[in-house]
Amino acid sequence: MDISYHDVLLVGGGGAGLRAAIAVAETNPNLSAAVVSKVYPMRSHTVSAEGGAAGVIRPGDTLDDHAYDTISGGDWLCDQDAVEIFVKEAPEELLRLEHWGCPWSRDSDGRVAVRAFGGMKNMRTWFAADKTGFHLLHTLFQTTFKYKSVTRYDEWFVTRLLVDEGRVQGVVALQLMSGRIQAITAKSVILCTGGCGRVFPFTTNASIKTGDGMALAFQAGVPLKDMEFVQYHPTGLPFTGILITEAARSEGGYLINKDGYRYLQDYNLGTPTPQPVLRNMELGPRDRLSQAFVKEVEKGRTTDTPYGPVVHLDLRRLGEKVINTRLPFVRELCLKYENIDPIKELIPVRPVIHYMMGGVHTDNDGATPLAGLYAAGEVACVSINGANRLGSNSLPELLVFGARAGKAAALAAMEQKPPSERVVSQALDEKLRLEQQFLRKTGGRERIATIRSEMHKAMENGAGIYRNQTSLQKAADKLRELRERFREVSLDDHSLTFNTELLAALEQSFMLDVGSAIVESALHRVESRGAHQRTDFPARDDRNFLAHTLIFNNSDGSTRVKPAPVVITRWPPAERVYGVQSEVKQTAAR
Amino acid sequence: MTETRQPARYTEYHPRWYRSRVSTWWWLAQWPYLKFILREISSVFVAWFVVVLLLQIRALSRGSEAYAAFERWLQNPLIVLLNMITLFFVVFHAVTWFNVAPRAMAIRFRGKRVPDFWIVGANYAAWAAVSLVLAWFLVRS
Amino acid sequence: MAETISLEVFRYSPERDAEPSFQRYDVPLRKDWVVLDALNYIKDKVDGSLTFRWSCRMGICGSCGMMVNGEPKLTCATFLSNYAREQGPLRVQPLRYFPVIRDLVVEITDFMTKLQSVKPWLIRGKEKPISEGEYLQTPEQLDRYKQFSMCINCVLCYSACPVYGLDPVFIGPAAIALAQRYNMDSRDEGAHERMDILAQHEGIWGCTFVGECTKVCPKHVDPAGAIQQYKLTATIERFKSFLMPRGAK
Ligand SMILES: Cc1cc2nc3c(=O)[nH]c(=O)nc-3n(C[C@H](O)[C@H](O)[C@H](O)COP(=O)(O)OP(=O)(O)OC[C@H]3O[C@@H](n4cnc5c(N)ncnc54)[C@H](O)[C@@H]3O)c2cc1C
Ligand code: SF4
Ligand code: FES
Repeated sequence: MDISYHDVLLVGGGGAGLRAAIAVAETNPNLSAAVVSKVYPMRSHTVSAEGGAAGVIRPGDTLDDHAYDTISGGDWLCDQDAVEIFVKEAPEELLRLEHWGCPWSRDSDGRVAVRAFGGMKNMRTWFAADKTGFHLLHTLFQTTFKYKSVTRYDEWFVTRLLVDEGRVQGVVALQLMSGRIQAITAKSVILCTGGCGRVFPFTTNASIKTGDGMALAFQAGVPLKDMEFVQYHPTGLPFTGILITEAARSEGGYLINKDGYRYLQDYNLGTPTPQPVLRNMELGPRDRLSQAFVKEVEKGRTTDTPYGPVVHLDLRRLGEKVINTRLPFVRELCLKYENIDPIKELIPVRPVIHYMMGGVHTDNDGATPLAGLYAAGEVACVSINGANRLGSNSLPELLVFGARAGKAAALAAMEQKPPSERVVSQALDEKLRLEQQFLRKTGGRERIATIRSEMHKAMENGAGIYRNQTSLQKAADKLRELRERFREVSLDDHSLTFNTELLAALEQSFMLDVGSAIVESALHRVESRGAHQRTDFPARDDRNFLAHTLIFNNSDGSTRVKPAPVVITRWPPAERVYGVQSEVKQTAAR
Repeated sequence: MTETRQPARYTEYHPRWYRSRVSTWWWLAQWPYLKFILREISSVFVAWFVVVLLLQIRALSRGSEAYAAFERWLQNPLIVLLNMITLFFVVFHAVTWFNVAPRAMAIRFRGKRVPDFWIVGANYAAWAAVSLVLAWFLVRS
Repeated sequence: MAETISLEVFRYSPERDAEPSFQRYDVPLRKDWVVLDALNYIKDKVDGSLTFRWSCRMGICGSCGMMVNGEPKLTCATFLSNYAREQGPLRVQPLRYFPVIRDLVVEITDFMTKLQSVKPWLIRGKEKPISEGEYLQTPEQLDRYKQFSMCINCVLCYSACPVYGLDPVFIGPAAIALAQRYNMDSRDEGAHERMDILAQHEGIWGCTFVGECTKVCPKHVDPAGAIQQYKLTATIERFKSFLMPRGAK
């Protein structure tokens, strides 16, 4: 078996992984850093983020404001010490990216421009037209070329973590192109594998977002945190799930039901104003907007389409000029994928799964409870997102905690001795498993696509925008059944070369683990908070549930849940208010 | 820096790539490709034009007798044909270049990019003007 | 479901096949289906071994480039219905001029190496400390390189470029456009460093302006324009260093 040695291993080449790689190289250029990614890094899903990245730079805006917006947006489930670190370091990280060449949009005086964003009290969202994630990722990727100590394993798929003597020693990975399976060892490993939107049927997430890192950590005994909090984005295009960025609303788009009525006013989200007002109506937080949609469906005030009920986003009033200069990508997406021109027509939208607040349990340096293992980015839960992430907080999160984890992992690696011999035999076992379970097996009865679509149905029906004991229990049972049936999967493809079906199978097994973690955590939390809304327990219950949910994988495949305290520093829990009741400055968005 | 001078590099370990052969007639598949090949071929004619020019200078330096002989040679129908083809290619190059000009020179005026049409137009206008002046000289002499 | 459309898909397995072949599939013809949806339909329902790359299905990750009826296309942005009225089946092939790994997947390490060789990152003589804030850049200055910064590395332009097809030593459209993206950036000071690489014969001078790269580019990057611009710059620089052998650099 081939084996390669590095000091720090980054699993994932998205925003978090690349930022961490640079941090490792800058901490100590003599350390060998390796980025392992199942797609070429610049194809990672960070590329599709549109709206922007939040960081305080304008006079009048304060770190405390940003912290407060984040914490109240997260329904007080955020760790406030983490949030304070985050808001302080976010502007520095965004500036660093500027120094690396990121083409941030500018004001006429040459300064970086900022825009308003949902749930943010002041304008603090940096953007690069409406392709922020794309520019951020390509800038980071091209910048990594500079660092000679960064090696890349492009199109390598990590199938398992190597753990020995109580610490992580590397991973087993499969090179897609050749089918080679080998151990890549390292003294520290950082998981940066992104989210898990593909567990649900209807999502803005790319096909690669299958929660691999969460499952890898979970299987290695590391707890996942707050997995019940899954964010819906209120405005996705039906069928494709393509996201229409929040910016469309902060520029002044209206959400209307089938009667042309701005229905958000019926759901405690403020009163309609002609110009957008921060934290009011269409600029309320995502969870509340998505929940309002479900209520509209129940009232029969939505429009039916072949892809289910929709409401409409009205941009027509903004006019051609604003749309073309401020929202060109939105127009391009509508034209190219739905054949709709937002200058003249209404855009059909519905809530779609967008972001995973939960993830691998880490501290403020990205360290997990398992020695040598770190996590950063969407895969991790620090937690700064609490029960609901604010739009444009995720990109800076990748940068801030990617950099912190990279630095911490580098420093730790310098103290560590080389990997133990035993990991080689572990890697051989894994190779054998892959061959026996998939590559050489014939005659199984199940198709991956069938299991996938049944999982999708179970997740959407059981753990959607609104959940309850019965729906969740049904989903849990179904997932258990699917995990049984997964053993009967057999592949059409037994080739070693670029076997995408094998990949789909591995991802499917990861998704079943992640799906179960979501459902089990949701069963445990018998209250409603942020993105987790239980119809059987509609109120927030701070006495019993102002706490994180940690879920562990037992060796027999069952799970156990344990609460962990939330860190409160300066902002005691209060009610989340949006719209005119909130003491918001009535500044128009622009 | 010669990093790119090596042939294309690919990853080891793979059993076998498939490399499609480029057909001998690939350049007939699309008009832009045909134009590309024509431009490549045109180098022969451009070279020919240089030869003619050199011959002309040589004839000039050897006196009026030699020049008259050179002029007679030029009237040979074969040479005329060759020169006509050459003229065609030179014009073809000029047109190509004029059309490329706006892409090569992103000229800005008051912060906005000058529309392609104007740059192309200016080139043609300059060409016409120079041709007129030349024609005027020829007619006059 | 009445209407269907036939696809003729390129198949090649390096372990099994001596030569590639085409396989025919009938898939439902839906108005909002793109070529990639058809391929996914085949993979899910008919033949799980069909191999291709994709990820975002929104034209931004750059993975899903293929030849569709002989033209390089992003398959997630190419509607099936555009081909419904054409004679014969829709032909889907791997991107041209790259070695084929398997089926519709091509080997692009060559492109990655070339991209890296043109130093596509911001080069500064002196870095400004973060505490001093951003480098100022006006919207006009941004506008100068913006277009070239839109490249998603989908390599469609390489498949359109006969110069690359005939001699893969050519650095090629996207890499040159990205070099130019940094050259034109008001914050960058690395143009001279990049010149050494670009001004080689395999750099810009390999290009004889076919212009197809610009036509197929799904992001309107205009790599052909970038190359021509750079030719002009390189010539002027050459001239300058010729006139003032020492002063030019
Ligand atoms: C449509 C859309 C729009 C968004 N807009 C915004 C926005 O405007 N502002 C904002 O702040 N946030 C936004 N987000 C959220 C944000 O983009 C993501 O949370 C973030 O990009 C995640 O980055 P990441 O680095 O954690 O993971 P990713 O970018 O998803 O990268 C994951 C990496 O891990 C690799 N990987 C995964 N599994 C494996 C494996 N098994 N083996 C090897 N490698 C593996 C992948 O190849 C990839 O390189 C948006 C998200 C979406 C979907
Ligand atoms: S220049 Fe255009 S065609 Fe070429 S790789 Fe970039 S986006 Fe693709
Ligand atoms: S799938 Fe991402 S560009 Fe087509």
